[in-house]
Amino acid sequence: MAAPRIAVVGGGLAGLMATIRIAEAGGAVDLFSIVPVKRSHSVCAQGGINGAVNVKGENDSPEIHFVDTCRGGDFLAHQPPVKGMCYAAPGIIYLFDRMGVTFNRTAEGLLDFRRFGGTLYNRTAFAGATTGQQLLYSLDEQVRRHEAAGHVTKYEGWEFVGLVRDDSGRCVGLVALDLRTMKTKAFRADAVLMATGGPGLLFGKSTNSLINSGSAAAAAYMDGVRYANGEFIQIHPTAIPGADKLRLMSESARGEGGRVWVPRSQGDSRPPRQIPEGDRWYFLEEKYPHYGNLVPRDVASKEIHDVCVNKGLGVDGKMCVYLDLTHIPRATLKRKLEGILEIYEKFTGVDPCDEPMKIFPAVHYSMGGLWVDYERTADGFIDLGSPKNHQSNVPGLFAIGEAEYQYHGANRLGANSLLSCVYAGEIGGPAAVKYAQNQAKAGTETPSSVFESAEAKWTARFAELARREGPENPYRLHEELGRVMLDNVTIVRDNDRLRETDARILELMDRWQHASVLDNGQWANAPLSFMNQLWNMLHLARVVTLGALARDESRGAHYKPAFPKRDDAKWLKSTIADFTPDGPKFHYDPIDVSLCAPVERRYD
Amino acid sequence: MPRQTVELRIRRQDSPTAASRWEEFSLAWQPNMNVISCLMEIRKNPVTKQGHRTTPVHWDCSCLEEVCGACTMLVNGRPRQSCTALVDNLPEGTITLEPLTKFPVVRDLQVDRKPMFDALKKVKAWIPIDGTYDLGPGPKQSAVEAEINYAFSRCMTCGCCMEACPQYNGRSEFIGPAPIAQVRLFNAHPTGQLNARERLDAIMGRGGLVDCGNAQNCVEVCPKEIPLTEAFGELGRQTTVLWLKQLFQK
Repeated sequence: MAAPRIAVVGGGLAGLMATIRIAEAGGAVDLFSIVPVKRSHSVCAQGGINGAVNVKGENDSPEIHFVDTCRGGDFLAHQPPVKGMCYAAPGIIYLFDRMGVTFNRTAEGLLDFRRFGGTLYNRTAFAGATTGQQLLYSLDEQVRRHEAAGHVTKYEGWEFVGLVRDDSGRCVGLVALDLRTMKTKAFRADAVLMATGGPGLLFGKSTNSLINSGSAAAAAYMDGVRYANGEFIQIHPTAIPGADKLRLMSESARGEGGRVWVPRSQGDSRPPRQIPEGDRWYFLEEKYPHYGNLVPRDVASKEIHDVCVNKGLGVDGKMCVYLDLTHIPRATLKRKLEGILEIYEKFTGVDPCDEPMKIFPAVHYSMGGLWVDYERTADGFIDLGSPKNHQSNVPGLFAIGEAEYQYHGANRLGANSLLSCVYAGEIGGPAAVKYAQNQAKAGTETPSSVFESAEAKWTARFAELARREGPENPYRLHEELGRVMLDNVTIVRDNDRLRETDARILELMDRWQHASVLDNGQWANAPLSFMNQLWNMLHLARVVTLGALARDESRGAHYKPAFPKRDDAKWLKSTIADFTPDGPKFHYDPIDVSLCAPVERRYD
Repeated sequence: MPRQTVELRIRRQDSPTAASRWEEFSLAWQPNMNVISCLMEIRKNPVTKQGHRTTPVHWDCSCLEEVCGACTMLVNGRPRQSCTALVDNLPEGTITLEPLTKFPVVRDLQVDRKPMFDALKKVKAWIPIDGTYDLGPGPKQSAVEAEINYAFSRCMTCGCCMEACPQYNGRSEFIGPAPIAQVRLFNAHPTGQLNARERLDAIMGRGGLVDCGNAQNCVEVCPKEIPLTEAFGELGRQTTVLWLKQLFQK
């Protein structure tokens, strides 16, 4: 057959890596992105990328990385994909080195590595504190090279709105909205890869970019793709608040020796540098002498909540603690953390080399996402020749990166996200090619009528939305959604409040019907696209909330004080949501834990 | 004395071909405001200072922490990212927002910076690796070199330097500061050096390095303080050596 034509939706690390792999395999790629791909959210990743290269004489190994990751995720991830990822990690870091990423280096000229949360090893390669930006740029450059050679066609400024499925249910393309002309168009594809990132915007303000609405993944879910482990949302312990978003202060600050503390006595209003050592409580170091400030994020966020809310010791009476770098030489900080120091200083006006940073927990990452499959080998690795890898329950529809659920279980370890995005792209791209080659009749050869009717459906939908008038403002509705999700579906969860939250989401869905589109123009109409996104976000918010309501245990980022223990007998299972017009319908699948037996997670 | 209200004057333009107009907005001051949060407030209640209902202002943004480059615009006449434009740090009085002037306007404050991405293709701003399969570690590099190169690799293609450059405009073929600095970056890499000549060729002709008027505006406005003019000096030497070589080969 002819070279397959594959659509990749999203141009972050996962989407770009898949694009390159498909182009290398001789396929043609149509690459869709709402922003120029160089501006994708991967640029926000700061601290680094994990891989057990073992350059510090610690006897680190991919196997230890694998065990740390399973344990960090509280054993909710299927283990073969995790194993495949951890063993591929050193090669992935070398690849970026070859592509010219300006990693920090040792005196000998080798790659330097630092520590991150949830491990005792120096396993994180980094380029200052803008590692995600640097990795993304290197893939952006390689994709530009393939684009110049004619293998890749970019559709930047196009938004995915829905799948095209043929009579047998197979995905044979997608419908996208041109964000300038506001016209929808159906595209043919032999396979589609969703690499559309996380849903931080469900919580209003988060550390995510404003493009991370989760709308595309939600649209795929509403078109029949299963959504798994939606209730597992990572709260990053260290961010700074803003009126528009919450800005991340990388875990690498602690990896380089940063210390978290609060004043020992409630209401101590002295400036931090005037508080003597004896009056400071380094609560993470005290409670977790083994891992100290580098406990995993779920543990750190829960402790900060406990210290600030339950014990009332938060700085300024808020959910706020100090992250202190002032004992580290300025030159070291500049060489290793410049990017985040710059952000802190630009947004707060305070130099973190001189003054401890005031930091707050913030919604950061979704461990859950579109459900995807994998093919394991007898020895517990991934069969890299299989088209099952990263394929969803909808044939021909693949998902990679934060948009899928496969690698991080109930809690992601720091610096594993860049790795999982790249690894998923590396294996998901070829799996899509393989799938396309195995089809007796290519998806792109599907009769025109299928595409015409999909396009007509979406054209009518946007025409209808464009006429919406009413008392509600969609941006205000979104703000309300964010507030209720933030209050009730983050660090601490309670069943009554989760029930109320779902009722509120239903109410917002009703009010959405009476929202005005605000702009009747037919050119670059952002509120029109947002109306559609918001509807999708409301559906996804229900998946997150109801998934949390059902899961009566505490595991990783999901913490219910009424059910404080992990319950493997009942809940060592993936949550899987199917879309129905009446809301998500859940079922639960067993997890392959055959490679690393679940044990109690302890970091003290 | 903090502001009680935030007064904004925004240049609006409905489409690439429409005429522009000014609109004024007055918002209640809140803590931690930046230009982005002002635009967000406006879309929650799109009414001008004069009380006229209008459409939400259209603008580009994504990361909001000055690493993606999307939200670049003219804030009080200066090209910069609007996310780091904190209201309390801006001088008293009305805040003026306009789109960049060196790129075509899409709508309101959003412009099309495609020419910058095209320029990256022209100068072959990439390392020509054999493939993404595992070929072992990359070449060793000194920590000092890596640090210098890192400064150049932080370019977000935001367009501030292009906006400030007097030579980069509709009447000139000058490729602009940002893509030229990328030639410096890739030519310094041990593997990138293998194709250094192709990249130099791309900036040796018309519209290349010689069109730089040395106004030095670019370094003034670069939000990442990339040593752009140092790059031009170094590339000047590289292109001279190449030019001499070519001269003697003839």
